[in-house]
Amino acid sequence: MSIVAAATSQAAVSSTWEQSAVFWVCAILSVLGAIGMVVSRKAVHSALWVAVTMISLAVLYVALQAPFLGMVQVIVYTGAVMMLFLFVLMVVGVDSSDSLVETIKGQRWLAILFGLGVGISLIAAEGNAVVGPAVGLDAANTVDGGNIEALARLMFGRYVLAFEVTSALLISAALGAMILAHRERHTPRLTQPQLAAARFLEAGPKGNKPVPGVYARHNAVDTPALLPDGSISIDSVPGPMQARGALRPVDRASLDEVTDVFDGEPVLTATLKPDDEGVQ
Amino acid sequence: MDPNAYVVLSGILFTIGAVGVLVRRNAIVMFMCVEVMLNATNLAFVAFAHANGNLDGQAIAFFVMVVAAAEVVVGLAIIMTIFRTRRSASVDEENLLKY
Repeated sequence: MSIVAAATSQAAVSSTWEQSAVFWVCAILSVLGAIGMVVSRKAVHSALWVAVTMISLAVLYVALQAPFLGMVQVIVYTGAVMMLFLFVLMVVGVDSSDSLVETIKGQRWLAILFGLGVGISLIAAEGNAVVGPAVGLDAANTVDGGNIEALARLMFGRYVLAFEVTSALLISAALGAMILAHRERHTPRLTQPQLAAARFLEAGPKGNKPVPGVYARHNAVDTPALLPDGSISIDSVPGPMQARGALRPVDRASLDEVTDVFDGEPVLTATLKPDDEGVQ
Repeated sequence: MDPNAYVVLSGILFTIGAVGVLVRRNAIVMFMCVEVMLNATNLAFVAFAHANGNLDGQAIAFFVMVVAAAEVVVGLAIIMTIFRTRRSASVDEENLLKY
């Protein structure tokens, strides 16, 4: 920071055309950024234009012998505030662009007229506010050994009450933001098993029907599927075949087999011969 | 460099920000315009501090920055709350208190 301060104080000493060049470049950039912010239709583009304005203003602060404010501008505005803006834009929806339909008729032209009036009167009022050349801050900065030290003396001396109130403001702002962003949960949070059960209950009759022949001895389309509990599912046979009564009678043996498995008896292993170990 | 040039630049930026608040209807963009207006006043403070050789302007500009940061936090939280209930960030939609 002291390097910046030294550089700026040197720039102030050798002022003239370097300072003019810095001013004109940054002034044009900042005005371009502000106009781009107003005219660009997408909010994200507006945010990027504002960042241009704020960075060029930071350079102007440094040129005006306020290196601390320049750094704070970069850190707080372009670093924190604009990132917060972009974050909220991402949450709210990036593609939310303004419609060009005017709600109040002629509002846009009235606003521009108002802006012209305010701008002209502001410039006329302040354009000659400072008489004579700038005093510069060299004297004020060197009293305490630098810009930051001098600002610290002011902040913790004359403005110490405002500084303390600022801390209260920041705490209440943080609390307010937390309260506003917090969403109250009215129902208990569902666990994963509960979610799965709810999904099955909901899907129930609308879910997939079993395919014909599942678990039965035949895979033919006229063979009703066997459900895991041993009953047969007529719904698994296509409608026209049900209408014709063309259902293949259920194989009694397979039904018994399924029922035995359901009851817990290992029928398949009982029918296996001892030398059939390759069969799984 | 004429110190008045900085003040005039701050006036121009302030005007652009004010027109932006009036013209745009996306709440977030309006907020950005307010930020530009605050920055313009900060530039005027710093310019006057430089012109008068007095550091008070810089201290006040610093306080303006702090207040602006707090304001952005609360304002964006309000915008997000409104968006959550109305699914829109346009100020034209927020007419619940009107009728």
